[in-house]
Amino acid sequence: MGAQLRVYRQKIKSAQTTKKITRAMELISASRIQKAQARVAASTPYSRAVTRAVSAVATYSNVEHVLTTEPEKIERAAVVIFASDRGLAGAFSSQVLREAESLSELLRGQGKEIVYFLVGRKAIAYFNFRNRASERIWTGGTDQPQFETAKEIGEALLETFLTDYADGGVDEIHIVYNRFVSMVTQVPEVVRLLPLEVVEGVEEPGDNKVLPLYEFEPDVETVLDSLLPVYIESRLFNAMLQSAASEHASRQKAMKSASDNADKLITDYTRLSNNARQSEITQQISEIVGGADALSSAKK
Amino acid sequence: MAKSLSVSVVSADQQVWTGEVTMVVAKTVEGEIGILAGHEPMLAILAAGDVRLTLADGSKVLAQAEDGFLSVDNDVITIVARKAELVGSK
Repeated sequence: MGAQLRVYRQKIKSAQTTKKITRAMELISASRIQKAQARVAASTPYSRAVTRAVSAVATYSNVEHVLTTEPEKIERAAVVIFASDRGLAGAFSSQVLREAESLSELLRGQGKEIVYFLVGRKAIAYFNFRNRASERIWTGGTDQPQFETAKEIGEALLETFLTDYADGGVDEIHIVYNRFVSMVTQVPEVVRLLPLEVVEGVEEPGDNKVLPLYEFEPDVETVLDSLLPVYIESRLFNAMLQSAASEHASRQKAMKSASDNADKLITDYTRLSNNARQSEITQQISEIVGGADALSSAKK
Repeated sequence: MAKSLSVSVVSADQQVWTGEVTMVVAKTVEGEIGILAGHEPMLAILAAGDVRLTLADGSKVLAQAEDGFLSVDNDVITIVARKAELVGSK
């Protein structure tokens, strides 16, 4: 067998093995998207209920709370980045990191210091490679987020938020994550988590109705105190679930195009190797014919 | 027949129970509270303990809602907790 032919056969084989892997990953992601989407849907009643409750407090009372009041001067901001643990998901992690970078630029332009909270190994690798510091990191389970993790992140964020600037606290918190729009579109999104701006889902009291008397038990401050952390957690958990669904969708897309590319490579190399084999045979025939000719002419 | 209340019990990752009831008895940090249809809008923090839902046919559903709150608004009651589960009915 000619050397050329052997090289082509090797390349075909390697493309075939790669294709097997990417195909398997594609199928796995495809089946997990459904689950991830179902989890987003299942957590919706909770976040809706929490949002409505917070809106109710915000609408029917005039309490000033430390989490909702805008600080006079924002000196330091925290940015929470939700990336993935594993790569091979197309632009998933890089687009969220790019979004975070442009947000950082904006915040720095406003004269704010920035501290980072990272979720997912890819974000951490990105920061380590550039020798940049981060405040806290969480890894593991970005593709199947647990509520406990959201709770932990929420607590850590609240603690930093409630600390004074002089002691290393922050005055505002942004989160950057991939929002799941559809199977083909995932948009990186920036949301300011704290101080809170609760506007969505407020049920406007009708024009002719008097503002209903809302009763808070034990009192407004206590209700807000326990409600707002819950609200933050639910926002974080929602971001994590969205990000997980996006991760699967974007991995499926990336793996599908990888499998398609492998297919194309295999076809191309098969053609080339057929060519090589054919020219080898042609060469052999002409050698035999040439040899026979030489022999028969020598006999004469 | 009294008007009914529509109740939903939700936890962080799913909707636990939803339906029409005639009375809700819950334990808030201030003490036990019973809610019938027509109750004024309210938001209360729940203490650890069971929430008893009485259905129209007199049967009861017990739900455990830890670390949550209860909101009443126009006869719609939402019981929200990080962890909520049904513990049985009788």
